[in-house]
Amino acid sequence: MIHEYLIQLLTIISIYAIAVTSLNLTMGFTGLINLGHMVFFGIGAYASALLTLNGVPWYFAMLIAGILASVLGIAIAAITARLKGDYLAMVTLGLVFIAIAVSRNWISLTRGALGLPGVPDIIRNNFYYMVLCMSIAGICIFIFYKLINSQTGRVFQAIRDDETAAAVLGKNTYFYKIISMAVSTFFAAIAGSLLVHHINFIDPTIFDLEFLVVIVTILVAGGLASIKGSVISVFALLALSEAMRFVLVSPALIGPVREMMFEVILILILLFKPKGIFGKVDV
Amino acid sequence: MLSLNNICKSFGGVKAVDRCSFKTEENEITSLIGPNGAGKTTIFNIISGLTNPDSGTIRLLNKDITGMPAYKIAQSGISRTFQLTKVFRNVTVKDNLLIAKNTSEAEMKKMLESVYLHKPLDAIASELSYGQQRLLEIARALLKPHALLMLDEPTAGVNPRVRQELKLILKNLKKQGKTILLIEHDMDFVMDISDKVIVMNEGKVLREGKPKDIVKDKKVLEAYLGK
Repeated sequence: MIHEYLIQLLTIISIYAIAVTSLNLTMGFTGLINLGHMVFFGIGAYASALLTLNGVPWYFAMLIAGILASVLGIAIAAITARLKGDYLAMVTLGLVFIAIAVSRNWISLTRGALGLPGVPDIIRNNFYYMVLCMSIAGICIFIFYKLINSQTGRVFQAIRDDETAAAVLGKNTYFYKIISMAVSTFFAAIAGSLLVHHINFIDPTIFDLEFLVVIVTILVAGGLASIKGSVISVFALLALSEAMRFVLVSPALIGPVREMMFEVILILILLFKPKGIFGKVDV
Repeated sequence: MLSLNNICKSFGGVKAVDRCSFKTEENEITSLIGPNGAGKTTIFNIISGLTNPDSGTIRLLNKDITGMPAYKIAQSGISRTFQLTKVFRNVTVKDNLLIAKNTSEAEMKKMLESVYLHKPLDAIASELSYGQQRLLEIARALLKPHALLMLDEPTAGVNPRVRQELKLILKNLKKQGKTILLIEHDMDFVMDISDKVIVMNEGKVLREGKPKDIVKDKKVLEAYLGK
């Protein structure tokens, strides 16, 4: 049997792999600077937690969580269809603050800052849960791989490189951007759902910006528009972040140093290797 | 084929296009000429749906396409290129062509050969020189199913060799009987290749006719050279 610690680490890596590759679909392949990715992750987590706490079977809860996030993703994509680059980044970043405010203040639903404890396990045995998370991550990566190598994926990349040129080639760019967001947000919610059943607790800190920094750093370090890069980067950076546990003497330092590590890596990558390790696209 | 009827477009107080009407005929090359700022590119953007006209109508193959979104107009049969080349820079030559039409490698290679672009299909578009990107954009526009091809200054901003190649491409397209609407500044070339020339100035159609009549026209000379 694998060591319990490694099981925990691989479970988290699988969940992050889903979150990062799904962000790569919108940000790397379609060129939509979506800083609200963790909102959909959090909504998936909350939806899945609330449903299972009310007796809904986990697979059903996870599916509903995905669909709910996807519907919101479609709505956001439809509203912001004409926004590009920095403007879209501002609107999607705004979503984060809306999510924090709602999750803190809609007390009858989320219990506010107290959070929701006792979210049921999907599988009691941690080893099998790790296998489940790795399998779902595998399926998710396979779907993304197939999608970006299809005609639809080609249109995504065309929109990223030049939306006007894609339009005059007869592509309904509005429709494709919505599809990209719908798929990306669905899988973000699946990742959130897997996390909440793993840690059995959720509170509004799930929307905190530090998670966004982690996810974006992993994505940019691996390289935009490279699925291989995203996956390798998740392994490398999370392992590095875990290594802090063994290097630092004081446990109180681990959290802040980890946060700082991701921020420093993000800045270094942007300065010296803006395409990331495996990326093909400039940030 | 294509007909514009009383198209007007203002940007703020500037009348970029003012009651502009003309027609293009099937299997002919129609050229739009005129000094800078005459409204030629605006006309192109209005036809391809990137800009909506303030008034007037556009018909393509007897179908009203006025105000339709760009992708629908493209699907109705218009292919176009841009004054500043727009290729999909981060993907391969092959992907650039596949976005235009899902087709075989053989057809793509044949198309690249016909535009004198000797680059492998798996080359990344951003690694091509500007002139080669222009050729790729034309190959892409040709591959996309279309009834009318619109080329916005295809020979501008490229080196003399590519310019010669572009002229050859256009002559070949003329031989094939393609219907083309062309914006071009090289007068000798325009007069040589066009079936009809439309002269624009300050958003209006100043003259239209056969090349040999246009070169002798006094008003046209005035627009270009001043009185």
